[in-house]
Amino acid sequence: MLGPVAAGLLGALGPAFGWLPAIGADEPGFAVFRDLLAWPGFMDAARLSVVTGLASTFLSLGLVMLVLASLHGTRAFEAVRRLLSPLLAVPHAAAAFGIAFLIAPSGWIARAFSPWATGWERPPDLLIVQDAGGLALIAGLVAKEAPFLLLMSLAALGQIRPEREVLAARSLGYGREAAWLKAVLPRLYAQIRLPVYVVLAYSMSVVDVAMILGPNTPSTLSVQVVRWMGDPDLALRLRAAAGALVQAGLVIGALGLWRLGEIAVRRFGLRLIARGGRGRSLRVLRPVALGAGLLSGAAVILGVAGLAIWSVAALWSFPELLPDAMTWRNWARHGPGLAEPALRTLGIAAAATMIALVLTIGCLEAEHRRGLRLTSRGAWVLYMPLLIPQVAFLPGLQTLMVAGGLTGGLGAVIAAHVVFVLPYVFLSLGDPFRAWDSRLATSAAALGARPDRVLWAVRMPMLLAPGLTAAAVGFAVSVGQYLPTLLAGGGRVATLTTEAVALAAGGDRRAIGVYGLAQTAAALLPFLAALLVPRLVWADRRGLRDGA
Amino acid sequence: MELERGLRLDRMRIARGGADLVALDMTVTPGETVAVMGPSGSGKSTLLAAIIGALDPVFALSGRVLLDGRDVTDLPTEERRIGVLFQDALLFPHLSVGSNLAFGLRRSVRGRAERAARVEAALDEVGLAGFAGRDPATLSGGQRARAALMRMLLSEPAALLLDEPFSGLDRDRRARTRDLVLDVARRRMLPVLLVTHDNEDAAAGTRIVRIGGDEEDA
Repeated sequence: MLGPVAAGLLGALGPAFGWLPAIGADEPGFAVFRDLLAWPGFMDAARLSVVTGLASTFLSLGLVMLVLASLHGTRAFEAVRRLLSPLLAVPHAAAAFGIAFLIAPSGWIARAFSPWATGWERPPDLLIVQDAGGLALIAGLVAKEAPFLLLMSLAALGQIRPEREVLAARSLGYGREAAWLKAVLPRLYAQIRLPVYVVLAYSMSVVDVAMILGPNTPSTLSVQVVRWMGDPDLALRLRAAAGALVQAGLVIGALGLWRLGEIAVRRFGLRLIARGGRGRSLRVLRPVALGAGLLSGAAVILGVAGLAIWSVAALWSFPELLPDAMTWRNWARHGPGLAEPALRTLGIAAAATMIALVLTIGCLEAEHRRGLRLTSRGAWVLYMPLLIPQVAFLPGLQTLMVAGGLTGGLGAVIAAHVVFVLPYVFLSLGDPFRAWDSRLATSAAALGARPDRVLWAVRMPMLLAPGLTAAAVGFAVSVGQYLPTLLAGGGRVATLTTEAVALAAGGDRRAIGVYGLAQTAAALLPFLAALLVPRLVWADRRGLRDGA
Repeated sequence: MELERGLRLDRMRIARGGADLVALDMTVTPGETVAVMGPSGSGKSTLLAAIIGALDPVFALSGRVLLDGRDVTDLPTEERRIGVLFQDALLFPHLSVGSNLAFGLRRSVRGRAERAARVEAALDEVGLAGFAGRDPATLSGGQRARAALMRMLLSEPAALLLDEPFSGLDRDRRARTRDLVLDVARRRMLPVLLVTHDNEDAAAGTRIVRIGGDEEDA
């Protein structure tokens, strides 16, 4: 996993320092960086990246901790938990479009309050989506990243098993929330630190969501880098490479800042714990937690509903809550053009997921047979493609691939997707695979079964449900990839995601609705299959019914 | 050198971080049941893992394991022909009871009909006739234990290891299941090593060996 990342960063070094002979740049020096700094939007773009990244990470983490502290173990939490899988599966671009449709001046929220409360007969002239401060971008990121952090926390909590600690603390007179924050959170955070860093790096450098919800005056640095990459003026490639390196530097700096924050919070927290406050009044947070959690989930779900309605909307004038009529005309118009990118999207996702699954099962099985354990350093390697911003190493990787004549094909896109699919497949299959009772393997071996037979006749059939879930996760990740598709494909491999993001500038809501919904379906349907197939296959096996 | 029948643990030592955990030198002759006793943490399960070849690499093993004179120390579990029954039956939950037994049945038994007949006969032998199509999760604890026993015997092991067997069963059923297993093993002239901390279990054996505690001795 280090290979592509290192190659990509190295590939950006040459052009960033003014050396790209292919376009006649052969005078190494700092001229490119001076050029980048002289670009008038530089400071704003860089600040925007840092602020939106830190703010959305802080808010996502805060929301997850609030929900867990107030609601974990309650019945309301089950509702939140059930929302989790669909929320995770909705691709970033589709969720961003959906949220844009909700909060835009002509969106559902404005329509719901107009004209009776607002007096608006026409959409107000307000810049809500793509606001200069990046607030819409932050909101969109929180709605997608909070579910991810919640999922990671739940996986960690499965190992921590906090119920008894919370009970012990509560019997000492601590309120539920305080017991959770003081007895569980410190251990939980240690386990989800890496995913938090991933969220921070991702939020700072995301491209597709920032193109849809982020400002244009200027855009975030990563969006700007991608624009320069695609500019017909090849000299701007140099500036793009320099920008990519600066972006990587910003992420590393922000990670360092976050680490300092962790240390400060830890000191403060320890002192707070030593004071022994029982915090029973924190109970008032419970409705806040529930409200905030539902609001965040509802934003994505209503957003997708909005996409669905726009995709079948005939005339839909402000401030009507629903269109005058429903029609298939939008689908008829975009359907033929949709088929090819849809098939390509599914093919790429299937191939990348398959490769990632084979590699993952191979790794985990080797771990099992040789008695190895993934060290924390190994985990860092696995997370590396998620920690280094895509926009920082993909342009360099593209330059190298162009030099090697590898770019532009489906193969290159699939290879690039595997880099990002593999970590998620590994993370999602790793725990169930390791948690499997290995006495069953010993039992099978004692009956004379060779290791391959144990794997394919006993272990994998029993792990059908988590295996399919991992495949669905990988599939959804691949479907949602924007930048790797764009860059590895040299802009010539069109998928549902690249087509949808390309529509962002045009503002044709019906077309966006069609493409966004198709993208969501492509990511969501495998999750449904992963849920249903094991129930059908193991319908008469009670021991496996609750998802082994 | 004359071939020695039975399961021989030849100067076997299991150490962890330089400190000996278990040291044994003994032979279990065919048809004999030796009970290995020790308090929890005395290395009973580690000893068992070493004999079947599933020892965690953090342990260092010296000495040999010989089965009917054949040195199996360096063989993988599946080539040792040592059958093992754990505390739980460990039937594979995704296979029917019959398929579980067929999983154990040697490959040398050919033909669908012949294999099915052998499985049915094995089930019949322990009072489970007609259970082949059942989901293992619907069986009682005692039935599961008997199915696991037959699954193991169909793989034609040359020795038997029992790890705190059937400790999930109630007292009465446990004694009956244990007697059934030991009886079946004796009739087939198998050497049996029974690892337990239960006195009643141990008394069912022909000989008791204690490990761990102050009585660490072979």
